[in-house]
Amino acid sequence: MEKKITVAGFGGQGVMVIGQMLGYASCKAGRNALFLPKYGPEQRGGTANCSVTISDGEIGAPVSRYVDTLIAMNQPSLEKFLGSVRPGGIILLNSSLCRWEGKRTDVRVAEIQADAIALEIGSPKVANIVVIGAYIQLSGALSEQEMLDAIEEKLGKRPELLEMNRKALRTGMERVTLKE
Amino acid sequence: MTKSRDPSALPAGKEGIMERQFLKGNEAVAEAAILAGCRFFAGYPITPQNEIPEYMSRRMPAAGGVFLQGESETASVCMVYGAASVGTLAMTSSSGPGISLKAEGISTLAGACLPAVIVNVMRGGPGLGAIQAAQSDYLHATKALGHGGFRVIVLAPSTVQEAIDLTYKAFGLAVQYRNPVMVLMDGWIGSMMEPVTLPEAKEPVTFSYTGWGAKYFNPSGVGVNVVTSCLLEPEYQELLNIRAGEMYEEWKEKEVLAEEYLLEDAEYVIVAYGTAARAARTAIGELRGKGIRAGMIRPISLYPFPVEHLKRLDRSRVKFLLDTEMTLPVQMMDDIRLAVADAIPVHSCGRSGGVILTNEEIVEAVELAIAKEAR
Repeated sequence: MEKKITVAGFGGQGVMVIGQMLGYASCKAGRNALFLPKYGPEQRGGTANCSVTISDGEIGAPVSRYVDTLIAMNQPSLEKFLGSVRPGGIILLNSSLCRWEGKRTDVRVAEIQADAIALEIGSPKVANIVVIGAYIQLSGALSEQEMLDAIEEKLGKRPELLEMNRKALRTGMERVTLKE
Repeated sequence: MTKSRDPSALPAGKEGIMERQFLKGNEAVAEAAILAGCRFFAGYPITPQNEIPEYMSRRMPAAGGVFLQGESETASVCMVYGAASVGTLAMTSSSGPGISLKAEGISTLAGACLPAVIVNVMRGGPGLGAIQAAQSDYLHATKALGHGGFRVIVLAPSTVQEAIDLTYKAFGLAVQYRNPVMVLMDGWIGSMMEPVTLPEAKEPVTFSYTGWGAKYFNPSGVGVNVVTSCLLEPEYQELLNIRAGEMYEEWKEKEVLAEEYLLEDAEYVIVAYGTAARAARTAIGELRGKGIRAGMIRPISLYPFPVEHLKRLDRSRVKFLLDTEMTLPVQMMDDIRLAVADAIPVHSCGRSGGVILTNEEIVEAVELAIAKEAR
C-alpha cells in the first residue's frame, strides 16, 4: 500500500501541519512516510503546498506527476492541482472556502466544511485537524487512535487543547461527505 | 524570534538513541554532526539550508559546543579553520552561492591539512539562481571547490537516514585524512521529513596540530606549532602536492561508495544520485512492470567516483546508460563516459532550476532512448 497526497492552501491555513501530522502518525504507527513542504519566498498570504507519501514499503520518488488524493483548502489550490489527481483518486475539498464545479468526472469528490466546523468547536485554528479527520475517514490510511497519539505528542498535551483537537478530529470523521 | 524548544527534549538523550523519529533532513544532519562529536559550527543564512544553523543555534550550546553566526560566509569558513587549528571537530553549511564564497577558506583548509565538514544543500544555479532544490553543484564539488588543485571526498545522500549516516561518517574521514569532507545534498533531502534512527553519541575527539600539517613538510618547521597553508619553498609545496595526490589515489581504493540496484539482468542502467535516484528507483519499478529491464548505479561518493562499478557493467548486455540529474545540462556525463570509455552509449535526462524530477519523466526518457537506439 502506498498513498500519495497533495495538501494545498493559503499560507496560515495549517497546510504544513496537516502534512506533518500525517507523517508523524504514520511513522509512529510503524509505517514509512515522507513529508515534503513546498513554498515560495513569501511568509503569509501566499500559497503553500506539501506532498505526503504513506507506504508499507520503501519510498522512492518524493513527488510524482499524479497523486491519489488532493486536499484543497481553498479555491485557487483546487484549480491549480485539479489535474494532478490520478483517475479514480480522491479530491477532498474544504467546502467552507471552495466550490466543486464538476470539472472532472473520473475522480471521487468529498467535502468537509472545515472552517465552519472549527468555529463551531470554538477555534478557527483547528480547521486543519477537522480536515485530517475527514481524510483518515475517507482513506483508511490511519486510525483515529494513531492520529490522536501523534496530535497529543506534537500539538500539546494541555487538556483544553487536546480536547478541542480530539473533537475536531472526530467531527471531521463524522461530517465528511462523498458527492454522488 | 520563535520560542526555543527545551534543548534537553531534543533527540540526543540516551533514551532517544535507536528510537524511530520523524526528522527533517537539515535538522537530522545537524544532530548527526553533534552525535559525531562536532563541537563548533559557524554559518550564514541561505535557503534551503537554514534549518541547519537554526537547529545548531539551540542544540550546540546545550551540547557544550560553540555556535556562531558569522558576518558572512567567508568569515564562517575562516572560523571553522580557526576551530580546526586548535583541534576541534568543526562544520559549516551553506547552499551554492554561499559555498562559492567559502571557496577560499575551503582551499585554505585543504592547504593547511585541516579536517572539517562542509555541507552544501544545493539549489538552482548559477548565480543566486532559484531557492528551490536542484543538483547544480556536482562539478564544483568534485572538480574544484576552490583554487589550487585539491580534492575533497564528496558524499551524496538520497534519504534523510543516509544524510545522517554520511554526515556522521564525514567527520571520521576528515580526521583520518586531515582534509575537508563535503556532504552534498539537494534541497529536497534538506527539507523533507522521513522516519530515521539516530546513531550513538561519540565523545568529541580533539586532535593536536603539532607533528603534522603543511608546515611539517619543511624540516625546519618540525616542533613549531604553526598552522598555515603557505609554504613559500617550492620543494616543500611540491611534497605536499605529491602527498595529496597519493591520498586521492588511496580514496579511489578505499572510499568509493555506490549502490547497485537491480543490475543483474539490466539492459538499461540509470546513473543517478540524491533525490534523482529516488525518482529513478520508482521509475525502475514501473519500467520493469512493462517488461523493460532497467537498473541503477547510484554513486554515494561522488568523489571518488564509482568508476569500477561502471567499468564492470556487461557491455554485451547493457544497451545504454541514462545520466539522470536535477540539473541541466547534466554534470556527471564526463565522468560516466570516461568510466565506460564510450563502449556504452550515454543518454541524459533531467530537470533544472528547482523543478523536481518525477518518476514519470524518467520512464519517458528511458522509452525515448530505447526508441533512439533502435533507429
